[in-house]
Amino acid sequence: MQSLLDHKFEQGGVILTSVEDVLNWARLSSLFPMGFGIACCAIEMMSAFASSYDLDRFGVLMRTSPRQSDVIIIAGTVTFKMADRIKRLYDQMPEPRYVISMGSCSNCGGPYWEHGYHVVKGVDRVIPVDVYVPGCPPRPEALIGGILKLQEKIRKETLRAPLAALELQKLEQA
Amino acid sequence: MNFGELTSLLTETFGEGLMLASHTQHLQPQLQVAPERLLEVTEFLKRHPSCYFDTLSCLTAIDNGPEKGTMEVIYHLYSIPFHHSLVLKIEIPRTEPRVESLSAVWRTAEWHEREAYDFFGITFLHHPDLRRILLPADWEGFPLRKDYTEQEYYHGIKVRY
Repeated sequence: MQSLLDHKFEQGGVILTSVEDVLNWARLSSLFPMGFGIACCAIEMMSAFASSYDLDRFGVLMRTSPRQSDVIIIAGTVTFKMADRIKRLYDQMPEPRYVISMGSCSNCGGPYWEHGYHVVKGVDRVIPVDVYVPGCPPRPEALIGGILKLQEKIRKETLRAPLAALELQKLEQA
Repeated sequence: MNFGELTSLLTETFGEGLMLASHTQHLQPQLQVAPERLLEVTEFLKRHPSCYFDTLSCLTAIDNGPEKGTMEVIYHLYSIPFHHSLVLKIEIPRTEPRVESLSAVWRTAEWHEREAYDFFGITFLHHPDLRRILLPADWEGFPLRKDYTEQEYYHGIKVRY
């Protein structure tokens, strides 16, 4: 996977590329997640942001407002009480916006799948999810893997059919 | 004071009819009293100079199920200066579970009773603010009851897996 800056540019300082590639490159190189965690997965997420794993080297740093964020990491157990709040926070984010579901709880209900009357069995019942990170909780490496997966996804975005529009279409059909 | 001394003090003050049962085989001996006498007994246990139960450590509820048709509320009392403790228990009908609130005696009871109301639907009479404490206000049913079945949808989200 070679990014734009991995090439050598020697002939006259002119780069020939498409608008899409530049936009995608700019977006995937500065993914700002919302400073938001719900349960124990958030501890691993904070660890991924801290010095030993240092997500900053991927251009990933937290924003404290949904209006400044590109991605929301659902790190933890989503209760029904929280689901309304998550939906509201997601609605406040500007497009294009992405969702990483981190850990078993937010992927599918996790250990609460059968007897947890209070847990939403997967955050994808509330908002559309782009990348699922498995684990209980996932290690920081796994979250970094999830972010790299999301970067790959953004690299393939096109202006003609943005992923957000496709999601909306799918939602309307369902 | 140990359990024996406490029970004899209570019988002296309130008469033989107060204690419905006492279970001493457990690690923490229990004393079952009639629900309608709970308030005066707890007031006494808190105020009496040789009891001085100034702390309500815990308040728990148990649902015994539809066959037995009863619910229990259990109070763990503790005296900080005397370092002694007592477990009080009451039994109430399951169809209409209601008992006097102890929030006037111990302020701790206020939130504990709200929790018991939230999960078991026990009404605590004369409680200053009896509403759900953990679940959302518009949740249907009381989840820790033995015959609880969760609602199908909550705000348009399917509840079952």
